[in-house]
Amino acid sequence: MPFKSAVGDYQTVATLETFGFLPPFTQDEIYDQIAYIIAQGWSPLIEHVHPSRSMATYWSYWKLPFFGEKDLGVIVNELEACHRAYPDHHVRLVGYDAYTQSQGACFVVFEGR
Amino acid sequence: MSKKYDAGVKEYRDTYWTPDYVPLDTDLLACFKCTGQEGVPKEEVAAAVAAESSTGTWSTVWSELLTDLDFYKGRAYRIEDVPGDRESFYAFIAYPLDLFEEGSITNVLTSLVGNVFGFKALRHLRLEDIRFPLAFIKTCQGPPNGIQVERDRMNKYGRPLLGCTIKPKLGLSGKNYGRVVYECLRGGLDFTKDDENINSQPFQRWQNRFEFVAEAVRSAQEETGEKKGHYLNCTAATPEEMYERAEFAKELGQPIIMHDYITGGFTANTGLSKWCRKNGMLLHIHRAMHAVIDRHPKHGIHFRVLAKCLRLSGGDQLHTGTVVGKLEGDRQSTLGYIDQLRESFVPEDRSRGNFFDQDWGSMGGVFAVASGGIHVWHMPALVAIFGDDSVLQFGGGTHGHPWGSAAGAAANRVALEACVKARNAGREIEKEGRDILTEAAKHSPELAIALETWKEIKFEFDTVDKLDVQ
Repeated sequence: MPFKSAVGDYQTVATLETFGFLPPFTQDEIYDQIAYIIAQGWSPLIEHVHPSRSMATYWSYWKLPFFGEKDLGVIVNELEACHRAYPDHHVRLVGYDAYTQSQGACFVVFEGR
Repeated sequence: MSKKYDAGVKEYRDTYWTPDYVPLDTDLLACFKCTGQEGVPKEEVAAAVAAESSTGTWSTVWSELLTDLDFYKGRAYRIEDVPGDRESFYAFIAYPLDLFEEGSITNVLTSLVGNVFGFKALRHLRLEDIRFPLAFIKTCQGPPNGIQVERDRMNKYGRPLLGCTIKPKLGLSGKNYGRVVYECLRGGLDFTKDDENINSQPFQRWQNRFEFVAEAVRSAQEETGEKKGHYLNCTAATPEEMYERAEFAKELGQPIIMHDYITGGFTANTGLSKWCRKNGMLLHIHRAMHAVIDRHPKHGIHFRVLAKCLRLSGGDQLHTGTVVGKLEGDRQSTLGYIDQLRESFVPEDRSRGNFFDQDWGSMGGVFAVASGGIHVWHMPALVAIFGDDSVLQFGGGTHGHPWGSAAGAAANRVALEACVKARNAGREIEKEGRDILTEAAKHSPELAIALETWKEIKFEFDTVDKLDVQ
């Protein structure tokens, strides 16, 4: 099949770091990522912020990091509770790694507007 | 007990071959691959290497007796066969800590790979590995920031970082150069990079480049909402000019600068690294000239040694080869020295070319940078090989996109994130790479075109420098 080489226009998109270039995750895809965080031994952590402050280093914690939480269902419920409480905020899920004091995973689950 | 002065030439092995010696935790240990001249016994060759790289000279001298030379001498304590090679052997040598100035990689290399490499009794000599004792490591600052701090500064988590070198590497004006930086960053890259030979040439003086690049970084950051950076190459003819450029990068609010540590030299590199720590600047390290030193399997210095030396001298990112691209690099061996850059302890593992246990103590880690002849089809393998603490850099694989650099950047970003997502979901991304990329391309015309553009490119030549295993 001949390859069409017409030049297209690339429009800049505002994104929210990791996974910002993929289509929104389905419920199952979000479960997969939570399961990965738990399997790595990281603590799930939920953060949220108003979109106008999305580049700030510190987003608000939702409650506290869920240290040692192994139950996927608990995290799903907390994500939804956070989203209900702050429907216009970005909500992100972090896999917090206390050993490196870094985040092994971090991605936005709900985008606010 | 005092000794008598006995002038003349002794065999090296009388003094420097000590097979019963048990190395101390504070000794600096080295493994050399030796290829001696015909007829010279192995023990004599090993002892000669130990002598000539430490306290010895070819003749006994009276002034030796003014000190306790046994305390200061290097000792050849073991020799081993090289698997599959009858003419060469490994010599293990222990050097006492006091032979080296604290915090000076320059001094270590001047001793270990100095005169001895021109020694006539040897046909070839290669420094395969150094075990740095923790006591020495604690005298070096190491990476100015380390992996964790770099992630925090750049706000990049849970994936490899994505970059590319600006092309053409030479000949663009400052403004045009900044344009290419802007296109790449707005397309989704985290970093762009000065080519190593961009310093301050007539077509583009450094200050002009720095100013336009800073504006490009700022604009891309504002428009995308993500943190961005460009490695501003501060490598220069003199240290004074190097620092002047670094200061200006800081003045412009840039997050990262760059240095070429072998051509620039270890003294310059260690100095710049300390400047970076003090000034809150990340440091990207290029390795021009390394292949002159590390590619020949029997002569020179293995790259794992140069990588260890860089971690001690200081840098937050170091080029390591790609395994899969256009440049030389054996997979196991590459994994071996990537560990040396990033881990806090690396056990001896000959299948990865690591000859010693290496304890890095609390020293920060260095991101491994994979760059050179890689394109989007390599993404699954790169993510699998290098893991998250790496920077994947696609030059031609970004700018060569039919829609231009921004679309090329977006294609790579989509491919990267698709691979990370699949890996986290438990898929075997190297095996399923084609499916993963094809699925991702359904949502990204940029990726679909990139996959089509580079589908036939492979770099399948045999590696020249292989690990010595059978």
